[in-house]
Amino acid sequence: MAELTYRDAVAAAIAQEMRRDETVVFLGEDVAWAGGVFKTTVGLLDEFGEKRVRDTPISEQAIIGAAMGAAMTGLRPIAEIMFSDFFAVCWDLIANQIPKTRYMTSGQVIMPLVIRTANGGGVRFGAQHSQSIENWAMMIPGLKVVAPSTPADVKGLLAASIRDDDPVIFFEQKSLYADKGEVPDGEYVEELGKAKVLREGTDATIIALAAMVPRAMKAAERLQAEDGISASVVDVRCLVPLDTQTIFAEIRKTGRAFTVEENPRLCGWGAEISSLAMEECFWDLDLPLIRITTPHIPLPSADALEDEALPSVERIYNTVREGLD
Amino acid sequence: MARKPKAPAKSKAAAKAPANSGSRLNDDIGEDKRLKMFQLQLEVRHLETRAHDLFLQNLVKGTSHLAVGQEAIASGFATAMRSDDYTFCTYRGHAHTMVRGASMTAVLGELMGRECGLLNGKGGSMHLTSVEHGAMGSYAIIGAHLPIAAGAAWKSQYLGTGQVSVCFFGDGTTNIGAFHEAINMAAVWKLPVVFVCENNLYMEYTPIGDVTAVEHPAADRASAYGLPSIIVDGNDADAVYRVARDAIEMAREGGGPSLIEAKTYRHFGHSRADPAKYRPEGELEEWMKKDPIPMYRQRLLDFGIGENVVSSIEEMVMKAVDDATEAAKASPEPGSEYLFKDVWADGGASWRN
Ligand SMILES: Cc1ncc(C[n+]2csc(CCOP(=O)(O)OP(=O)(O)O)c2C)c(N)n1
Ligand SMILES: [Mg+2]
Repeated sequence: MAELTYRDAVAAAIAQEMRRDETVVFLGEDVAWAGGVFKTTVGLLDEFGEKRVRDTPISEQAIIGAAMGAAMTGLRPIAEIMFSDFFAVCWDLIANQIPKTRYMTSGQVIMPLVIRTANGGGVRFGAQHSQSIENWAMMIPGLKVVAPSTPADVKGLLAASIRDDDPVIFFEQKSLYADKGEVPDGEYVEELGKAKVLREGTDATIIALAAMVPRAMKAAERLQAEDGISASVVDVRCLVPLDTQTIFAEIRKTGRAFTVEENPRLCGWGAEISSLAMEECFWDLDLPLIRITTPHIPLPSADALEDEALPSVERIYNTVREGLD
Repeated sequence: MARKPKAPAKSKAAAKAPANSGSRLNDDIGEDKRLKMFQLQLEVRHLETRAHDLFLQNLVKGTSHLAVGQEAIASGFATAMRSDDYTFCTYRGHAHTMVRGASMTAVLGELMGRECGLLNGKGGSMHLTSVEHGAMGSYAIIGAHLPIAAGAAWKSQYLGTGQVSVCFFGDGTTNIGAFHEAINMAAVWKLPVVFVCENNLYMEYTPIGDVTAVEHPAADRASAYGLPSIIVDGNDADAVYRVARDAIEMAREGGGPSLIEAKTYRHFGHSRADPAKYRPEGELEEWMKKDPIPMYRQRLLDFGIGENVVSSIEEMVMKAVDDATEAAKASPEPGSEYLFKDVWADGGASWRN
C-alpha cells in the first residue's frame, strides 16, 4: 500500500492504463505541459509523450468531439473538461451524440471513452465553477456516472472506467484533491456499479457520494459518540450503474435512510434512490427517506454563504438526530 | 520535458499605432483625458496589487485573476466610452468594472466575501458586475459573453439608444465557437459592439501560438467576418484610446462591429494559483520594460505636466486604495438572509408552495 493524494491517484490510474494499452490517449486544456490546472496529470507527458498526451485549445466541443470520433474508430480516449460546469458548452456531444450512438446504430458503434472533470464546491469559486452536476449526467440514458470519494477509488474506478466499453463520466470532487489515503500497489482496478458500506450501523443508514462521504462519516461518528446512535454509511461511488442491492440491504437493516447530496435539491440523485426505495423497500421503512441537500439555489462564493449552503457535518448530524426523534 | 519555444510572434503594433512622439498636449486627446487615463491605470495597478497582498494574507478567498500589466486597455477604453455604454468582460474583470465607476471598496469587499461587496459576496472575484455603471458583468465561462454583448448591442440598435457594447476577452477565447458565432452575427446584423481581444500571449499556462492556427488570434480572423484587422499596442493608453474612440464612434453611427486585438502581457500568473513557471526566461523582464504605467508617467512629464501634478495623483490613488482596504476589512460577512435572496424576480428563492 502506498499513500497517495486523491489528485495523484488520477495520474496513477491514467498511467497504469496507458502502460498496458496503446490505444489509451488523453486530451484536454493545459493537461500536458502544465500537468492540469489541479495538477492531476503531472508526469503523464514525460512518460507518454506528446503523441498520447495532448494539450488542446479552449475548444470543449472540439475536445469531446475528437474523443468521440477517436473512440468510435478504435482508440480509448480520456478527455478532461477542466470544470464540470463547462459541460454546458459541449452538451450536444455529451447528451446527444455520445450516449445515443450505440443504441441508434443498433450496436454497430462502440463508445469506449471517459470524460474526467473537476466537480463540486467547497473552494469559494462561485456559481459557475462549483456546481455538482452529477445529476445532469445521470439523467441521460447511455452515460455511466462515477464519483469517487477516496484516492483508492479514484485509481480503481478510473482504471475501470477506461477499460469499460461504454462512455463514462468521471466526477472528481475538487475539494478532495489534497486528501490522502492508502492505495493498493501494483495494477489496481475496481468494478463499476458497486457501492461500499464504510460503516455498519443499526439505527440509521446514511447514503452519500463524493465529498459528502467524509462529512457523513464524521456525522456518524458524532452520532455514536454524543447520542449513542449507530449509523451505517454507504458510499454510492457509482450513480450509473447504481448498486441498489447494497444500498437497499443497508436501508432494510435500519429502516431509516438519509441521503447526503451536494447537488441543489431538485432532481438530485437522492430523489431517484428515494423513489426506488419507496417502490422496493416500502415495508421495511420506519421513516420516510430524508434528503439532505444543498438548497435549490446557485452556489454563492463568500466563505460564510458557501459553508451554509453545502450540507455540513453539523447539518447531517442534526438532521439524522432529529429524524430519529 | 522541455517545451520547444516557437518563434516569437511579430507584432504589427508598432506599424499601426499612431506615433506619439511629437504630439502635443492639445492634440486629439488632450490633458484632461490623459490625466484621467493615468489615474485609472494607477487605480487598477494599486487595487490589483492590494488584492494580491490580501490574498497572501488569506483575506481574499477562492480564485482571482489580476490585470496587472494590462491596465492601459481598460483605461483607454473606459475613457473613450459614453457613461451609458456597456462593458462585458471576463473573470479578469476587476479593472474593467472599476474603470467604469464601481467603488474600490465594493470591488475589494467582493473579493473578500464581505457584505459591502459589489455582489454582497454572492458572486465573487470572477463575476464583478455594476449595472448602474454599465458594467454588465464578468463572465467566467470562456466565450459566453461575446454573444451576450451582441445581444445588448441588438437592444441598443432596436431601441435606437446609441449605446455601444464593448466586450473584452483573452487570446485563448478566440478558439471557442462562441467567438466566431458572435462576431459573424454581429457583422451580419451590423450591431453596435466592439470586440476587444486582450492578447496577453497565454491561454492559462499555454502559449497562445501552440494552440492557434494563426499568428494573431483575433486580427487574423477578422477578415473571415468582413472586418478589418486591427492590432494596437495594448500597453499604450493613448493608442488604445484612439482605436477605441474610432471603433465606438463607428458603432454608434451604425457602422457595425469592430474586432480589435490589443497586444499586452500580464505580470502575474494566470490566477492566484499560478506562479507562471512556464514563461521563458527574460520574457517578463522584456515586458516590464514596456510596463504601461511608468511609460505613461514619463509621457505626461515629457508633455510638460508638472511632477507635482503627477505625484499628487499617485498619492491620492494610494490613499484611496488604503481607505478602501480598511472599509472592506471592516465590513461584516454577508448574513444568512443573502443565501435565500434573489433567485427569483420576487426577491426570494422559493420553488414550491
Ligand atoms: C468554456 C471554458 N473552458 C475553460 C475555461 C478555463 N479557463 C479559464 S481562463 C482560461 C484561459 C483563458 O485565456 P484567455 O482567453 O487568453 O484569457 P486570459 O486569462 O489570458 O485573460 C481557461 C482555459 C473556462 N473558464 N471556460
Ligand atoms: Mg490570454
